[in-house]
Amino acid sequence: MRWLKNRDTLYGFLVILPSLVLLGIFVYVFIFQTFYTSLTDWGRDPAQALALDPQLRFIGLDNYRELFTGFVDVRFRQTLVNAFFFTIFFILGSLLVGLGLAMVLDRSPRGEGFFRTIFLFPMSLSFIVTGTIWRWMLQPEGGVNRLPTLVGLPEGEFAWLTSREQIWQVSWNDLPFITALVVGAILIFIAIAAFRGSENRRAWIATGSAALLLLWAFTLGRNLQPLPYDEMHGFNLAFIGIILAAIWQMSGYTMALYLAGLRGIPEELREAARVDGASDWQLYRRVILPLLAPITLSAMIILGHISLKIFDLIFAMAGADNAPTDVPALLMFITTFRANQFAEGAAIGTILLLLVAIVIVPYLYSQLKSEVRR
Amino acid sequence: MRKFFLALVAAALGSLALAQSGRLEIFSWWAGDEGPALEALINLYKQRHPNVTVENATVTGGAGVNARAVLKTRMLGGDPPDSFQIHAGQALISTWVVADRMEDLTPLFTQEGWMNRFPRGLLDMISYRGRIYSVPVNIHRSNVMWFVPSRLREWGVQPPRTWAEFLTVCRTLQGRGLEAPLALGENWTQQHLWESVALGVLGAADYANLWNGRLRFNDPKVIEVWNTFGRVLDCANRDAAGLSWQHAVDRVLEGRAAFNIMGDWAAGYMTTTKRLRPGEGFGWAPSPGTAGVFMMLSDSFGLPKGVKNRANAVNWLRLLGSREGQDTFNPLKGSIPARTDGDPARYNAYLQSAMRDWRTNRIVGSLVHGAVAPEAFQSQFGTVLEIFLSARNAQAAGNAAQAIATQVRLGQ
Repeated sequence: MRWLKNRDTLYGFLVILPSLVLLGIFVYVFIFQTFYTSLTDWGRDPAQALALDPQLRFIGLDNYRELFTGFVDVRFRQTLVNAFFFTIFFILGSLLVGLGLAMVLDRSPRGEGFFRTIFLFPMSLSFIVTGTIWRWMLQPEGGVNRLPTLVGLPEGEFAWLTSREQIWQVSWNDLPFITALVVGAILIFIAIAAFRGSENRRAWIATGSAALLLLWAFTLGRNLQPLPYDEMHGFNLAFIGIILAAIWQMSGYTMALYLAGLRGIPEELREAARVDGASDWQLYRRVILPLLAPITLSAMIILGHISLKIFDLIFAMAGADNAPTDVPALLMFITTFRANQFAEGAAIGTILLLLVAIVIVPYLYSQLKSEVRR
Repeated sequence: MRKFFLALVAAALGSLALAQSGRLEIFSWWAGDEGPALEALINLYKQRHPNVTVENATVTGGAGVNARAVLKTRMLGGDPPDSFQIHAGQALISTWVVADRMEDLTPLFTQEGWMNRFPRGLLDMISYRGRIYSVPVNIHRSNVMWFVPSRLREWGVQPPRTWAEFLTVCRTLQGRGLEAPLALGENWTQQHLWESVALGVLGAADYANLWNGRLRFNDPKVIEVWNTFGRVLDCANRDAAGLSWQHAVDRVLEGRAAFNIMGDWAAGYMTTTKRLRPGEGFGWAPSPGTAGVFMMLSDSFGLPKGVKNRANAVNWLRLLGSREGQDTFNPLKGSIPARTDGDPARYNAYLQSAMRDWRTNRIVGSLVHGAVAPEAFQSQFGTVLEIFLSARNAQAAGNAAQAIATQVRLGQ
């Protein structure tokens, strides 16, 4: 209790106490309650689902088992795959477009302020507005599909938001194996990088884990079959339209981040590189891009958690019932408030939280660590 | 401060003096086109009970998709509205009645002499263990096929009476260059088509057996429904998933399709919005294979347990069930009264024909519109449709439907 003797600390503590309590109740208690709900059978018995005082039974991880291996929960598994592809393409697209725009604006063209505002503007809209505008443009007989007729080409026929076509199909049963291969490859990459940087301890740990993982993948992992039959999941082409709209909205934001980063690079560095005879390409590749790496990381984290949680954009663009563009958050809403399967909905919510945590927690960890170091 | 207390005392005395004062909160999803119809009912209520302040709480969203979610959070939070709109049948019973949240309205029905005013089939549908739990306000018919008579004459085809005939007509029209003879819209309209196909293929008795658990979804007869459904889909436009039901009706009116299967709110759309005369601008027939059967859905109001203004809510229900209430509401809503003694003079040609059928036909309930299956089944039926559409595999769809039926204890 020594720290209480310092009056400033005491006052400081008292000032933040209310928000600590509120945060504790309205965030952490509710997270815990949702997690607990996901371990019960709330919703399976219609007589208890909406009773004033529902009697819930504890059933352990049964809801999770159902979601990942149940016959009728194929839709949930597809939403996970959808969220995965959406996240990848959305982040890649936003980063590339944002970086491109930032590099163009960095050369201080005429009207830079005007264009900067234009590019940043979509970010000020809500996803609902973006979704509504893009829904109109992507109608099967409107907007984008009519564009080719302006230059005399035949009208486009692609069903932007409702196409049922799927590419890159993978059986759900192969996913544990493939995941192990990918993670193993990343670990090997880390190991090689560490050897080069002569961080031997780190390199050996990475090599060891990679070897263990790959050994597991090729022996036991091959036999791990969540489903008794092959169930194909792939990238729904209907997501292309959603990805376009999302990139349109968020690339201005990454542009602003990158632009700030580019402006933060001292002119002396560029000049020094030029004096050393670096071409433009080498300047970007060897000097500027490495300096932008921390910005790329922050942008990826921010975009990543937006894309995993995405709900409003798709709700406005395609509706909650359009299965080809379903994502976990939408399915959670339908499962909970339409089908009254509260426990199953809570399980989907918990899985979403875990996915976002995978993205956020390492970032927070590294941020906190570097702050302490400072 | 003294003024405040005086006002408080006055208010307290006032509420004692007038038994029928206070408030009444009505919760519904009638906001858009149906707004005026609800408004007319509320005005009628205000005439009869001038001292009651009516709060009209609406949550927009077709078929109450959003309203029902809001209602659930309110009910779970212990704040029930005085009376709420709900689809008559299982949407009410398997969600609210089995959870013991609704008051038994059987005494109201006997007291008002309504037992003989509503058809038996309808009363069965809104009852649970012999007690009645909601007052049906209107009736819509789900199994109707719409077309433009002059165009059919031009093409030289008759409205088909069975699904086999329908497929023949479809091929004839496709041969004449009409790419998609059936106009279809987004997800739920496809489920809507499915229930008409199921009724046509199975017949009324077996269709009813699906919902009481006597006929299983993986039975060969039901698999045949999916097969027929697949062939019918081949007659439909491929951009269906992006169209609303109004768009689909428009395609028929524009001559880009010959038929559309939709509930009879389509008649309201065509008469009110499109200003067409029933019978001339558009024609109708029972969907193929369902002549003599009336697949109904109905909006009804119930009385939740523990409401704040119970007496006012009961008066509201009394008005809804009365002949005057129903004949005020329904011509504006474009539906027919649930009572069999409505005044035909107040309804248009389509609705008059629907009223005749309502009195004479066999009555079955709609799946998509909450009459025959619990919400848990109804909302997961979209997944079943998805499983069918992704691979056109009838057996897989049947198995999935049965799995869900077992999971939600359908018909038990």
